[in-house]
Amino acid sequence: MSAAQARPVTGDPAAARPVLQGPEVGRVVDRMAHELLEKTRGGADVVLLGIPTRGTTLARRLAARVQAFEGVEIPTGSLDITLYRDDLRLKSPRALEETDVPADGIDGKLVILVDDVLFSGRSVRAGLDALADLGRPRAVQLAVLVDRGHRELPIRADYVGKNIPTSLQEAVHVMLTEDDGRDAVLLGPADVAR
Amino acid sequence: MKRHLLSAADLTLEDATLVLDTATELAQLTERATVKKLPTLRGRTVVNLFFEDSTRTRTSFELAAKRLSADVINFSAKGSSVSKGETLKDTALTLEAMGSDAVVVRHSWSGAPVNLSRFIRGSVINAGDGTHEHPTQALLDAYTMRQRLGRIEGLKVTIVGDILHSRVARSNVLLLHTLGADVTLVAPPTLLPVGVDQWPCQTSYDLDAVLPKSDVVMMLRVQRERMGAAYFPSTREYARRYGLDVRRVQTLSDDAIVMHPGPMVRGMEIAPEVADGVRSTIVEQVANGVSVRMAVLYLLLGGAEPAIGSDDQ
Amino acid sequence: MTHLLQNVRPYGGEGATDVRIADGRIAEIGPGLSLGQSTPYDGRGGVLLPGLVDLHTHLREPGREDAETVETGTLAAALGGFTAVHAMANTDPVADTAGVVEQVWRLGRDAGHCDVAPVGAVTIGLKGEQMAELGTMADSAARVRVFSDDGHCVSDASLMRRALEYVKAFDGVIAQHAQEPRLTVGAQMNEGVNSSLLGLTGWPAVAEEAIIARDCLLAAHVSGRLHICHVSTAGSVELVRWAKGKGVDVTAEVTPHHLVLTDDLASTYDPVFKVNPPLRTKTDVEALREGLADGTIDCVATDHAPHALEDKEAEWGAAAFGMTGLETALGVVVRAMGDRLSWRQVAERMSETPARIGRLEDHGRPIAVGEPANLCLVDPGARWTVDPSQSASRSRNTPFAGHELPVRVVATFLRGRPTVLDGRPA
Repeated sequence: MSAAQARPVTGDPAAARPVLQGPEVGRVVDRMAHELLEKTRGGADVVLLGIPTRGTTLARRLAARVQAFEGVEIPTGSLDITLYRDDLRLKSPRALEETDVPADGIDGKLVILVDDVLFSGRSVRAGLDALADLGRPRAVQLAVLVDRGHRELPIRADYVGKNIPTSLQEAVHVMLTEDDGRDAVLLGPADVAR
Repeated sequence: MKRHLLSAADLTLEDATLVLDTATELAQLTERATVKKLPTLRGRTVVNLFFEDSTRTRTSFELAAKRLSADVINFSAKGSSVSKGETLKDTALTLEAMGSDAVVVRHSWSGAPVNLSRFIRGSVINAGDGTHEHPTQALLDAYTMRQRLGRIEGLKVTIVGDILHSRVARSNVLLLHTLGADVTLVAPPTLLPVGVDQWPCQTSYDLDAVLPKSDVVMMLRVQRERMGAAYFPSTREYARRYGLDVRRVQTLSDDAIVMHPGPMVRGMEIAPEVADGVRSTIVEQVANGVSVRMAVLYLLLGGAEPAIGSDDQ
Repeated sequence: MTHLLQNVRPYGGEGATDVRIADGRIAEIGPGLSLGQSTPYDGRGGVLLPGLVDLHTHLREPGREDAETVETGTLAAALGGFTAVHAMANTDPVADTAGVVEQVWRLGRDAGHCDVAPVGAVTIGLKGEQMAELGTMADSAARVRVFSDDGHCVSDASLMRRALEYVKAFDGVIAQHAQEPRLTVGAQMNEGVNSSLLGLTGWPAVAEEAIIARDCLLAAHVSGRLHICHVSTAGSVELVRWAKGKGVDVTAEVTPHHLVLTDDLASTYDPVFKVNPPLRTKTDVEALREGLADGTIDCVATDHAPHALEDKEAEWGAAAFGMTGLETALGVVVRAMGDRLSWRQVAERMSETPARIGRLEDHGRPIAVGEPANLCLVDPGARWTVDPSQSASRSRNTPFAGHELPVRVVATFLRGRPTVLDGRPA
């Protein structure tokens, strides 16, 4: 099998239209970094855990921006949720992604889960389960670059880069320079039914 | 659709790499004391069907399945109705009725897992069949090599001992060939099978000539009973010609490692100082076994359809 | 009652003719015979052969009536075109006394599907230790001429020599199952690259060839009559060819399955392909075909070895050796040999020669007026697919399930009486 098995909703990025492009993405991340500093009173005891792949990249970017703005160093890591997904039996097993938790752990920390797109909320639920196996944070918050709606669980984000109203027939593609060679958020037709 | 892991030959390079990568991630997760158990296989049933005693392999699979939250049934068939009268098919039908999703089978007859796979809907995982194969042992050996030496491709792997009767050797030759290693089998000619010249590996009768070029030396168990069947004249002569003693280990390159699938016969195929030395991977092989078997169970059972393994027969 | 076979071609020759059968004999041959009081059977241009003779059949009775009986085995034989089979001695009790061979012979006579010529064991209990009462079996009602410990090799050279000598008194033949026992301890399949990869103990060609070489030398030394059962290797063919060149009185048989199947099939671990001697390599198959074509191998024998389901639905190592073969023999031989055997030669290899080796006077006779009407009629264009569930044998262990065979037996006559008509029991 290939590691890039179908996500719940995908489509051809080439057929998609941009919602955010280039520097716009950077500005959104900057704003999120400012909000984070505000809501966490300067980022004390915060750990950023990204959900691979782009959530991890976003977590690193957020940490880098916070460092740039205030000189505060926030530990970052990644949290693979594959083994906790509730849709495992609907498709072939996926290759596992890296789970990398900062050396000091997460006990007593304010953990901010970072993902690229918030959709049904099921990934976040799986992330919360995975987190519970890793330790006992003081609190958990959620940061996403895009909230596209259509929640299936009572979950909401604490930091949202951009709300994009979508239909279920659409797919959202987040592209980040580190992973994809450029920054963009694209909206296009979905080709895999849920 | 792929369902079973019956032979190391069932695994393509992509499959094998996926198993090793997955095992690496799983090892990292479970090394953290907090994650003892992952929810991934909750509600799935794994049957350990052992027609032959092997506490080590059975325990390893049991632990692997339980760490993924699967229900485990241990079905020790040795000495039960199965050994007398009840056919493999009857046993298979019983397991089907129990609702097993996977059967991990150890059997003294070569090919029994293949036979079982014809009678069963779930996945069959070969945990060692006769003198045929032991694919998860080969996977954990490959995992251990990669962990210690950082790669498998291009490694010079020397497997020493009773190749003729070794399922570990067969699976290792096939898997390591797939993964791009150069394997050399070393044994007295009597313990190399007729036809070995067509295996994807080299052979040699001269351990001393091969050792200095080896990155990995894997010592196989040699049963004393073989002596009676005239495969070699005495354990002393065997140890002198094919045993890994302290002198021979000194001819190895600095980074070379020494492996043994266990259980070992200290003093015959391997000197105690070597088995316990820094090159030895014997203890970590056991730990790695659990991670690799978790990966296999996850990839065969974790999804709607398996990600690795052989097609239906 | 008389029968008129219309429109048949003896030995597959050009030009169809009619054959009248009366009082168990061929009464008349010629085109356009008048029907008279005869029951007609339209041969539709089919090939008429002397009834086939099998030198090597396991009927399993007495002892394993769950796998086969004389009744079911001989019916399968008739459907395969046979009018005589030699029933191997490895029954329970072993056919090593006049009592057992007469019982088997009588069961065959009562069933009436084909003649049963019992094979007597060479040694008591097939144990290879003490010679059985060969002369008494020869003198019995069963008139045993073929003696074999088949399933076991008469491995003791001295005993083999004595047996070869002893049976000369009554024109007997020792049919050797050539398998050096010490070289085949625990053997499961042909020894070669496949056995090495499958982890199955090898049955090396040399274990067969060493015995054949020894026995040919022994037969030469004592001027005895030797028959080699189920020759399976290229080396064996060469040895038999050499011995015949030296004038040794040796004959050899090959099974249909060894003419077609190879040890690649073992990779399925399906015990339906487990047989003794084992399936060999492509090179061996080719040498066997060559040997059968040039007459080095004298005849085809089925080694029909029925086994109950539970003995075959097991792990390879635990499963029984053997394949059924009576119903498929002719089709498999024709498929394997193609143009390399004419119908005339098929009659020789599958009827005349085995009858001569077994000293069966009424079988393998010419298709000529006055001869016993032991005949089989073959449709040379009737392709059919082997379906084990349709077999008349009590067992299902044919390795040819799903295979398409090129010819089919449509009628068999035993001493003038039809045992098979339209491909079904008459």
